[in-house]
Amino acid sequence: MKRVVYRHVIGAKSYVFEDLRDLMAKATPLRSGDQLAGLAASSAEEAVAARMALAELPLKTFLSEALIPYEADEVTRLIIDTHDGHAFAAVASLTVGGFRDWLLSDEATGETLAKLAPGITPEMAAAVSKIMRLQDLIAVARKCRAVTRFRNTIGLPGTMAVRLQPNHPTDDPRGIAASIIDGLSYGCGDAVIGINPVSDNLGVLGDLLKLIDEVIQRYAIPTQGCVLTHVTSSIELIARGAPVDLVFQSVAGTEAANRSFGIDLAVLREGYAAGLSLKRGTLGQNLMYFETGQGSALSAEAHHGVDQQTLEARAYAVCRAFDPLLVNTVVGFIGPEYLYDGKQITRAGLEDHFCGKLMGLPLGCDVCYTNHAEADQDDMDGLLTLLAAAGVTYIMGVPGADDVMLNYQSTSFHDQLYIRDLLGLKRAPEFERWLQEQGLTGADGRLLPQVGAPRLIASLAELVA
Amino acid sequence: MSAPGRPLDPWQRLAALTPARIGLGRAGSGLGTGETLRFALAHAQARDAVHAALDEAALASELKKLGLDSITLASRAAGRASYLLRPDLGRALDAASRAALEARADTSCDIALVVADGLSASAIAAQTAPFLASFLPLAQHHHWSLSPAVIVSQGRVAIGDEIGALLGARLSLLLIGERPGLSSPDSLGLYITYAPRPGRRDGERNCVSNIHGAGLSSTEAAARAAWLIDAALARGLSGVALKDESASATSPRLATDNP
Repeated sequence: MKRVVYRHVIGAKSYVFEDLRDLMAKATPLRSGDQLAGLAASSAEEAVAARMALAELPLKTFLSEALIPYEADEVTRLIIDTHDGHAFAAVASLTVGGFRDWLLSDEATGETLAKLAPGITPEMAAAVSKIMRLQDLIAVARKCRAVTRFRNTIGLPGTMAVRLQPNHPTDDPRGIAASIIDGLSYGCGDAVIGINPVSDNLGVLGDLLKLIDEVIQRYAIPTQGCVLTHVTSSIELIARGAPVDLVFQSVAGTEAANRSFGIDLAVLREGYAAGLSLKRGTLGQNLMYFETGQGSALSAEAHHGVDQQTLEARAYAVCRAFDPLLVNTVVGFIGPEYLYDGKQITRAGLEDHFCGKLMGLPLGCDVCYTNHAEADQDDMDGLLTLLAAAGVTYIMGVPGADDVMLNYQSTSFHDQLYIRDLLGLKRAPEFERWLQEQGLTGADGRLLPQVGAPRLIASLAELVA
Repeated sequence: MSAPGRPLDPWQRLAALTPARIGLGRAGSGLGTGETLRFALAHAQARDAVHAALDEAALASELKKLGLDSITLASRAAGRASYLLRPDLGRALDAASRAALEARADTSCDIALVVADGLSASAIAAQTAPFLASFLPLAQHHHWSLSPAVIVSQGRVAIGDEIGALLGARLSLLLIGERPGLSSPDSLGLYITYAPRPGRRDGERNCVSNIHGAGLSSTEAAARAAWLIDAALARGLSGVALKDESASATSPRLATDNP
């Protein structure tokens, strides 16, 4: 691997960064995971020196200097082999700092950014994000558009979707159905009705898929279902004839981290092909659902000395190869040794959203925290509001924000109502129409006062009687 | 507040089907005051559980009543902040603790019994004695020799490997406070590791999780632990190769939150 030493002088002090990985890591705004890995800048001044050096770096450097060697990592090979030089030409002469200025300018419209996306590598996205403030991350992400379709249309301007997350500590179908009914009554579920199962038993998983499918089919709900299990289980379930809409997998930004998840690009291709073979989408065939999160590679001891935010952006390169319907960072789930407090979680959530959107992905966010992190509902309210302003594609809807299976707090059915009211955000149009037809919402998309359970809810409740 | 416009049925019926917070009603788009404060209380209790210090003396005196001697040790994590930020420090004994164990003569035993605070000292305070009260008769029945209870503050799961190795135990049984959920701030987890030594991976352990008032009972957890220990000692291994086939009414939750 080509190694270049980078330097930046501030006053009498010369800061030396031993290679591009080191420069990227030290330029990263402070977070506990990079400190744990021993990669963080050792002083506040060193971090800014690194950002100044990074700002002067030509963007095209990332095409010749791989942070993780091409020979050693299939994610690097994917990034380099699928890079679109023609799309990149628009910004090929810029430095990282010049790229930031261009992104903020009126020249960078939604249309030009969409054309540029295949020319942006994850390392370029990560680099520019490191020298951006929160308002930059929000302003640029808001201009990006990524529209995807399966049974509805996700990502249109002025909309935000919600995953209905009806988890139960023992996968009890009636308990899960109860949470689905509650979520639908709040107008949630246009992104997906998606269950995190406790079990990895194929019989149990198949029953959960049938449960979601029955609800969607019986009430002709324009949405899709998913049981968030390992891709190899989904492949097996498809072979057994189970009604799989979306194929889920957690992914990371290095080959070694993906192997620790029990996957590689080949098995993802197999899962994608299996999903496509069912032809269950009515409006489109975006059917992969990916989750990611900063820190996963370090946690698997597979980070190659690269900072966690850059590796997170590399995970989006994996996602991008499979035209996904949904991608979300589970930003605060991993714990305080990677993202210590509300400030670090907030910054990471906005970085992840920006990088994913710049790379052309339908990026959502699980705005969340665990009880051992220095965070609370106020931090989540802040991040939710900032992400919605940035045009986040979707968020989670968890009953009362308390996931009783995964033991963490996410956004609630109420939280999505708050942000819709605040910013006037609509649901996926097909789902919005369906809610109106069911008498759950009015013409303005707001929930109607429910005097007596509307027909739909009463009928759904009969399912679990 | 009452759920505006929502009749009690079917929501009451639905709410009985899940511990999830459903049928909450709303105030405008938000939660009503009562639910907002109930949530804040649950979070406060979970936070307090994370930051509570382990009262080692009280625990040792409870264990004494069960006929168990104790040794009190500490990990290399100097305090809660260090514990949360540096998982590596919580997995290793500090120098004094290591020396104290090394100085003990003839410690060989079947089971190294380790009690670590993990992410919830309140889980240890609440669940340790009831669990051991159920477990000790089973251990006696199997004629297993036990080490004194090794109480470790700021400990993570893997610290049981070092302790088990220093004691020359055939197997370690580690009790640890689990990551507190909003609805379960004092949940205990058990980790069973055959031939403990530093460097063991998580896939080489068996876990019994979710032991608390509303979860798995002490009696059932003890039965399951005894079954796993018996099987591990007989087969000379623990972990993914050893599936829990104990005749138990409910299946355990997967241990996804390794403190």
